[in-house]
Amino acid sequence: MAKRNHLKETRADKAFDVCNVIFATLCLLIILYPVIIVLSSSFSDAKALMAGKVWFLPVKPTVAGYHAVLKHKQVWTGMYNSVIYTAVGTVVSMIVTVMAAYPLSRKDFTIGGPISLLFAFTMWFSGGLIPTYLLVKNLGLFNSRWSLIIPSALSVWNMIIIRTYFQTNVAGEILESAKLDGCDDFRYLLQIAVPLAKPSLAVIALYYMVAYWNVFMSAYLYIQDQRLYPIQIVLREILLLGQVDELNATNAMEESQARLMSELLKYSLVIVASLPMVLIYPMVQKYFVKGIMIGSVKG
Amino acid sequence: MKKTATTSETTPKKKKKYTGYFSDIKTNWQLYVLILIPLAYIIVFKYVPMYGARISFIDYKPRLGYMGSEWVGLKHFIRFINSSQFWPLIRNTLAISLYSLAINIPFPILLAVSLNYLKNERFKKTVQMVTYLPHFLSTVIIVSLIQLLFNTQSGIVNNVIQLVTGEKVNILGLSKYFRHLYVWSGVWQSTGWGSIMYISALAGVDPQLHEAAIIDGANKIRRIWHIDLAGILPTVAIMTIMNLGSIISVGFDKTFMMQNPTNLEISEVLSTYEYKIGIGGGIPSYSYPAAIGLMASVVSFLMIMTTNKISKKITEVGLW
Repeated sequence: MAKRNHLKETRADKAFDVCNVIFATLCLLIILYPVIIVLSSSFSDAKALMAGKVWFLPVKPTVAGYHAVLKHKQVWTGMYNSVIYTAVGTVVSMIVTVMAAYPLSRKDFTIGGPISLLFAFTMWFSGGLIPTYLLVKNLGLFNSRWSLIIPSALSVWNMIIIRTYFQTNVAGEILESAKLDGCDDFRYLLQIAVPLAKPSLAVIALYYMVAYWNVFMSAYLYIQDQRLYPIQIVLREILLLGQVDELNATNAMEESQARLMSELLKYSLVIVASLPMVLIYPMVQKYFVKGIMIGSVKG
Repeated sequence: MKKTATTSETTPKKKKKYTGYFSDIKTNWQLYVLILIPLAYIIVFKYVPMYGARISFIDYKPRLGYMGSEWVGLKHFIRFINSSQFWPLIRNTLAISLYSLAINIPFPILLAVSLNYLKNERFKKTVQMVTYLPHFLSTVIIVSLIQLLFNTQSGIVNNVIQLVTGEKVNILGLSKYFRHLYVWSGVWQSTGWGSIMYISALAGVDPQLHEAAIIDGANKIRRIWHIDLAGILPTVAIMTIMNLGSIISVGFDKTFMMQNPTNLEISEVLSTYEYKIGIGGGIPSYSYPAAIGLMASVVSFLMIMTTNKISKKITEVGLW
């Protein structure tokens, strides 16, 4: 009676599979095409680019755009600053986050419940832009590198993901047997919990890195000294406000040349500035499944 | 429906004994030491600004400080509600966020379901890898991409439009395109990343349900509808509630960067307005914009509470 057609699929199902592959391919192309266009444009000749001749592959390939990026001092100051913000920020954030996540993951931590609530509430309600701005100002963080790190050091959301991972993977029997062996909480956290939670920590570290690399608003609000600008502020000035660096053209020819160059530079700059995060992500990707999926699904 | 807590905040049930605090501190003192810094951080950087929101109820003068400035009650709130900016700002904010919400909920689900039924593992991995990619690009880059692709000089979109219709369209300059650019670039950026939650939820759907349905002769479309989508409904509910919180606080960064003088009538939202009249202008003023910000915070908080309640009634799923 029961038709065991696990292997034999109906025509409707086959049609579905075909449509599904087409849909997925379409998604792939929609995501990729803009990337390819910008990438190809960045390697193209500025004149051909402006004439709208780049459709898929670079036209008259050249690295002139990248050469211009290399020579752009502001870009490198920004990159340098952002590397500092990202490195220091991620370390600070990870330490603070784990310090909160571990005690809150412990069921025998009596005040864990109320404190969790205190943390969670800040995800749904905030004092607003102005009070935060005034606080940063009053704390003397204004126009300092720390203003980009300290006010955003802890993301409650990330803390919850790590806490859940601790709860589901690093608690219970392991903890009990370690306790019996006379292991205190500090040692347990550093020598057992943290190494065991590596997948989750790797993913959250990536989250923080991306957040620090991409930070815009707090830099825009708090940093006035150009030498402290993170890369995103520099990018905005060049890409969106169209500020051209050292446009010291002496005649019309050179000026139109410089204008062409500054257009080409935009494409190359988009690629250069996105590269660090795009390169880091595949390294962490293998942890995605373990690190957040289990962590968040089991709640 | 066990997966109540895709993102649940409530800690697992424990035998609460509020008596033995002292013995707890004695045995677990190291936990208390650990939580000290994060707790101090949260209090200083989250709760102090909440207290600081009382600036909305006074006429703040830096010289006089919080305590010395005159208490004016709801004056700033009333002034904002009566101002000519009130309705346009509410309209713009809601239009952008509701449009964006309506589009951004279904797409990640669609992608996740599609990925779930791909048979070729390598192809599946490739699609995942590529669709996650835009998530890592910064807002500045996304807005630049929009400009590079849509501008009238070298933009590829306009090149295509020119091929088809013979003339170029100033998409970036016309305010009627602003919302579409904003929302659809968001879809491009976050659909892949948004699908992760649903992919893991789909992986948790009981395979036996599918086997039973196959025996009953249900085709894939029906199985997707009755088994997969029904199975991930709790996750959908949670994600929707989470997203609702951002309705009022439309992303400052992206809106702000996409603004230009010609689209301002459509693109000015509460958060950008608050910034401009508060800090961005020549003379900083704090109390009035802080009142606008506080109002937005309260409304979005109430929104989350309400949807959470509704969701609990309908799907038995909630954040707490």
